[in-house]
Amino acid sequence: MLIVKDAVVRYGAIEALHGITFEVKQGEVVTLLGANGAGKSTTLRMLSGLHAPSSGTITFEGNDVTKVKAHMFSSMGISHVPEGRRIFPQMTVQENLEMGAFGRKDNYDEDMERMFTLFPILKERRKQLGGNLSGGEQQMLAISRAMMSHPRLLLLDEPSMGLAPMIIDQIFRIIGEIRDAGTTVLVVEQNAAQALRLADRGYVMENGVIAFSDDAAKLLHDPRVRAVYLGESVD
Amino acid sequence: MSYFSSHFATLGHEFWGLLVGGIANGFIYAMVAIGYTMVYGVLRLINFAHSEVFMTGAFASFFLLKFLVGNSTPNAFESVVYLIAAVLIGGIVGALVALLLERVAYRPLRRRSAPKLAYLISAIGASYFLYNFVGKEFGRINLSIDAPYTNNTVFTIFGAPVQTYYIVIFFVGVTMLVTLDRLVATSKLGHGIRAVAQDAETASLMGVNIDRTIALTFMLGGFLGGVAGFLYSIPVGAVYGMGFTPALKAFSAAVLGGIGNLRGAVLGGLILGVVESLSVAFVSGAYIDVVAFGVLVLVLLVRPTGILGERLGRSA
Amino acid sequence: MKNFFGNPRLQRYGRTLLILLLIIVMTGPEGNGSQPTSGFTGSFGNHMSFFGFFYPQRWVVFVLLAGIIYGVISSVKLTVHWWRNRAIFRGDTYQRISRTVVATKRRSRLKSTRLGFYALGLAFALYFPHLVTDQSWQTLVVQDVLVYLLLALGLNVVTGFAGLLDLGYVAFYAIGAYTTAWVTGSLPTPPPFGVHWNTFVAIPVAIVFAMLCGVLLGIPTLRLRGDYLAIVTLGFGEIVYLFINNSYGITGGSTGTNQIPFLSFHLGPIKYLWGLIPEPYYYLTLAFVVIFLIVFSSLEHSRVGRSWVAIREDEVAAESLGIHPLKYKVMAFAIGAASAGFAGVVTASQTLFVTPPTFTISFSINILVLVIFGGMGSIFGVVLGGLVVQGFVAYLTHSPPSVYNAADLYMYLGALLVVMMIYRPAGLFPSRRRLRELHLIEGGVAPDTLQVEIGAHRVQEDV
Repeated sequence: MLIVKDAVVRYGAIEALHGITFEVKQGEVVTLLGANGAGKSTTLRMLSGLHAPSSGTITFEGNDVTKVKAHMFSSMGISHVPEGRRIFPQMTVQENLEMGAFGRKDNYDEDMERMFTLFPILKERRKQLGGNLSGGEQQMLAISRAMMSHPRLLLLDEPSMGLAPMIIDQIFRIIGEIRDAGTTVLVVEQNAAQALRLADRGYVMENGVIAFSDDAAKLLHDPRVRAVYLGESVD
Repeated sequence: MSYFSSHFATLGHEFWGLLVGGIANGFIYAMVAIGYTMVYGVLRLINFAHSEVFMTGAFASFFLLKFLVGNSTPNAFESVVYLIAAVLIGGIVGALVALLLERVAYRPLRRRSAPKLAYLISAIGASYFLYNFVGKEFGRINLSIDAPYTNNTVFTIFGAPVQTYYIVIFFVGVTMLVTLDRLVATSKLGHGIRAVAQDAETASLMGVNIDRTIALTFMLGGFLGGVAGFLYSIPVGAVYGMGFTPALKAFSAAVLGGIGNLRGAVLGGLILGVVESLSVAFVSGAYIDVVAFGVLVLVLLVRPTGILGERLGRSA
Repeated sequence: MKNFFGNPRLQRYGRTLLILLLIIVMTGPEGNGSQPTSGFTGSFGNHMSFFGFFYPQRWVVFVLLAGIIYGVISSVKLTVHWWRNRAIFRGDTYQRISRTVVATKRRSRLKSTRLGFYALGLAFALYFPHLVTDQSWQTLVVQDVLVYLLLALGLNVVTGFAGLLDLGYVAFYAIGAYTTAWVTGSLPTPPPFGVHWNTFVAIPVAIVFAMLCGVLLGIPTLRLRGDYLAIVTLGFGEIVYLFINNSYGITGGSTGTNQIPFLSFHLGPIKYLWGLIPEPYYYLTLAFVVIFLIVFSSLEHSRVGRSWVAIREDEVAAESLGIHPLKYKVMAFAIGAASAGFAGVVTASQTLFVTPPTFTISFSINILVLVIFGGMGSIFGVVLGGLVVQGFVAYLTHSPPSVYNAADLYMYLGALLVVMMIYRPAGLFPSRRRLRELHLIEGGVAPDTLQVEIGAHRVQEDV
């Protein structure tokens, strides 16, 4: 579904990604793991056009999307939940959801209802400003906002960041439901255990390159991953 | 003591007349202030060249009216048609000039994410170019507008005459401002503008074309600015340097209301117009322009976020 | 169809054609309001467009002029480049010396190179009146070049060093000029203590006055964002203009005054009077320019200069290092104001009259162009840029092309500002520090304070 080949991203003179290659198949949940500054977020940002790769190619569903601009991606079926959620703080919950459907010309009331059944708390708060929601509610809003455009591929950047464990469990359960409903998911996570339990496959990034990759189940028991990302507490 | 009491006496005499004139000016300031505030909302920059949008709008209407009205005296129907045509052409030309500004003076800098100082300098350069270019091509003398109506007193408020001119300003101003407010609050374009103002990158992830939205923001502000230029020029005429002072005042109005805040710009414009008009009783005519500047400095000192606060990207 | 018009080459051609048409109209004859299209149609099929570029004689002059300017610029740059890199050309001798030593040597050599350039320039400047004996040219060089250089060097402290955009710079210049008129007793207002002072007395008074105004204006506004400063200074410039233009009882109003005495020096047996001949004024002003150069370059490398750089690059970081931003900004603003006030004295005592039309906001823009063109923050660049631009302006004033109107100057200067910002934001002779800043910013690696972010980007606090 998504094939990235030798992609290089630069910030001015600094090279952030030194040619990475990976693939996401239809119906999978794939996770990108890595330490801070390894290039995970840059990878996601590249996949939604926020940083154009200076070389390499990105192919989505057989089309070359390397040079496509950021605002075209949502209508092509890729939706990105950015790091830190980035809710529009001065818009109501409902308006935030409408922004998610910005590129759509058809009626999306049904989708909005679906999001409200998925996250009932959002329905309660639909008239409140996005900036006044709690972190967990914002994350739910960010995910449902991204789902409003009917994506075939959902990019999630650190969905668990700064949230309470209970909320994290809920968010990951919902991500599972989204996958079950037919959307492919690529998730970047610091919380490796949680991500690997959900994912089918995982890639581990270090210093702007992909160090190694494997099935999620195997990675969960891989000594390198356990040492660096899981610590001792996870079994 | 006696200085003030005698001045208040003058004020009492002319209060209603000054108030009507002040509100009319206030609408013009408000329409220009909207342009500053909208561009500030999406780019966090003062569009220094907005004064030239105002000026070119006035010139466009001047030429159209010269062609339509000439030496004739239009009847009531013609008056309305000509007026609408002049408003439209002023607005359209204003919007086009604003678009051009964005393309030439802002977009190339945006492409390579230039430092803030560069934008200011390039906008100032564009402003000076435009203003002197118009001066060269259309002469540097004041061109008096062929008003499409005769400026009669329509009715009086407490003895203060209200002329056709004020009624025109009131109608055009209210229509424009209400339409814009609704447009930004409810339309898709408005949502796009607000989203870009709040978080441009995320807006682009939602499918908002940032370049297009910024260009349209300039055009919306430019449309109102051009119309304001036309309305302003009806009694005083059009001249290449006409934009500078009203634009400076409109900027003060935008800051007064809270820059980035649409309704704040309107409120600020009206307040500034009235304050300035009433201060005629205290300040001699030559220094009346200083009042707005005094208001600006005062606001910046006391409450830099303005009356309604900087609410970027909010509809209300 | 969209593909056809989207073709980048076609777009490039289209753009070039549009720019060409614009230049033809810009340089064509004037239009007027009664025939709105006359300015445009008159520009085509008319020999006068392009400043009469297509008249053979002019053609030759323009090509030669362009060639000379280009030649001078590129040879200066080449020489500088060669000097900077000549260690490389020498090769072996230096290879054994450690890198640090080379670097230090190169730095000190660079300094001596600059000094060499300045010495050469000074020698040329001293000899200049003997080279160009035409008095009208000499006057132009004093009034249109040297005084502008003084002003540009002052504005460079504000805009170049401290990164503050001061559009009301002309106001301080006006304050200086009018203070001179006041002190020498040429205004309706009686001079201080009723004495008609010597013009030299006006110098400290004007400097103090301008500085005071700068501080008073700066303290409230310099706390605010940079663009507010720009617009407040713009308003300030306009108010000063309104004041001098309308206060008949104080400043002489729109007619100003033409009673200012010549500069004279009278101390015991030593007497000197600067008269109508421009040459003595030339040397005096030149001396002032040299003094400004020395003072401002030592300022640039002082503690204060480094603090300005720190504030310009990252105000928050500078503050955390104990640099008080407001203090240093006000300082820069006041120094700029003081030098403008000083330039005002020089102008007033030279032209012997002051009138409001000299002090419009456009004048600030003119000075800004000099700073931008040469290179913000680089004294060397500002001097060269000022010489090139003002030299050209002086030429236009001295022998204007057939369709050139003095009022068109700002049209060209405005266009020049836009073009510079698009293609050479650091100026033609940039300071290396500024160039590095620009690269950092444009690469996206710079503190947020320097960058323009489209829209807000607020990451919400986690609850």
